[in-house]
Amino acid sequence: MNKDKIDFVLSLADSSLILAQRNGEWCGHGPVLEQDIAITNITLDLIGQARCLYQYAADHINQSADQPVNPATEDSLAFLRTEREFKNCLLAEQSNGDWGQTILRQFFFSTYQYFLYQQLKDKGTDTTLSAIAEKSLKEITYHVRWSSEWVIRLGDGTEESKRRMEAGIENLWPYTGELFAPADYEEEMAIDFKTIKTKWAEKINSVLTEATLTHPDGGIFMHTGGKTGTHTEQLGYILAEMQYMQRAFPGCEW
Amino acid sequence: MNTTFIRKFFYGDIPDEKGGESSYEVKQDTTTWPLWEVFIRSKQGLDHKHAGSLHASDAKMAIENARDVYTRRMEGVSIWVVESKYIHATNPEEAGELFEPAEDKIYRHPTFYQLPDEVNKM
Repeated sequence: MNKDKIDFVLSLADSSLILAQRNGEWCGHGPVLEQDIAITNITLDLIGQARCLYQYAADHINQSADQPVNPATEDSLAFLRTEREFKNCLLAEQSNGDWGQTILRQFFFSTYQYFLYQQLKDKGTDTTLSAIAEKSLKEITYHVRWSSEWVIRLGDGTEESKRRMEAGIENLWPYTGELFAPADYEEEMAIDFKTIKTKWAEKINSVLTEATLTHPDGGIFMHTGGKTGTHTEQLGYILAEMQYMQRAFPGCEW
Repeated sequence: MNTTFIRKFFYGDIPDEKGGESSYEVKQDTTTWPLWEVFIRSKQGLDHKHAGSLHASDAKMAIENARDVYTRRMEGVSIWVVESKYIHATNPEEAGELFEPAEDKIYRHPTFYQLPDEVNKM
């Protein structure tokens, strides 16, 4: 596996892990018990995806020519890389905001993930990656369903819920453009980002329409850089909290 | 004379003042979600069994909540939900008159018949 491929797998893993870490902040604070469990279930799905991908990446990092002194593991990749080494999309690291914004972030991300993983599954040149994609797709399909229904419920709900959803869209929309802008290491992956973008837009539009919501039209500024390690200020805080134990007590287990 | 022997009792955490009322129209408190009863059919099971209850705003959400709350550990392959207010229950105070008379009617169990060998699968 070449470096581009490793970077690509890491970027998939990082997006799942960072979004999981964000969603995990809701644990014990969900709006109602049932939804607290729902969002933490999704969090665990995402961590599961990240683990599979990190294990896969670690195997190949260790086999590659510039083998590190300390072999890479799923844990070292998650807990011992710095901010600039993380390749998650910017959308995943954005703050939870209110429940509406968390829902929207999940909806935008899961819909993107759905169409991306469809391609990974069907490409078939990399059997491990397509197997991970196939397994993840069952989870993602549910995440899309769950988040879509919440978008509709809140968008077409009360005056206040609608106002909050509108604010959420305004906050998050500028981070959706990056999803479809291939990073240099993605150029070789034979992924058709144009098709993903078209299908994503179709799904987003149909759900937002049902939710009586709109999104900004083209031409607004889109942030990029997450996939190549240039993050918003949000990521540093996430890593500080997530990596603290391993940084303070190297090799700590419990 | 009050001749009502079986009155409708609401099941679950329906407000106290609703207990024993036979009206179908439970006034819905708009600040909380209604209660739902969840029935799960396990892989081996043929019937749906009562798994518990939860709150949800509509049937769709109730099914998803049930999926998240009650099938996380592979407990089920099928889910039913029904709003708790539609379940009619017997009044625990009337248990005596309703169920105790059956206790000394052992002859109602089909154990006093000599079955022909041909129907031994019964």
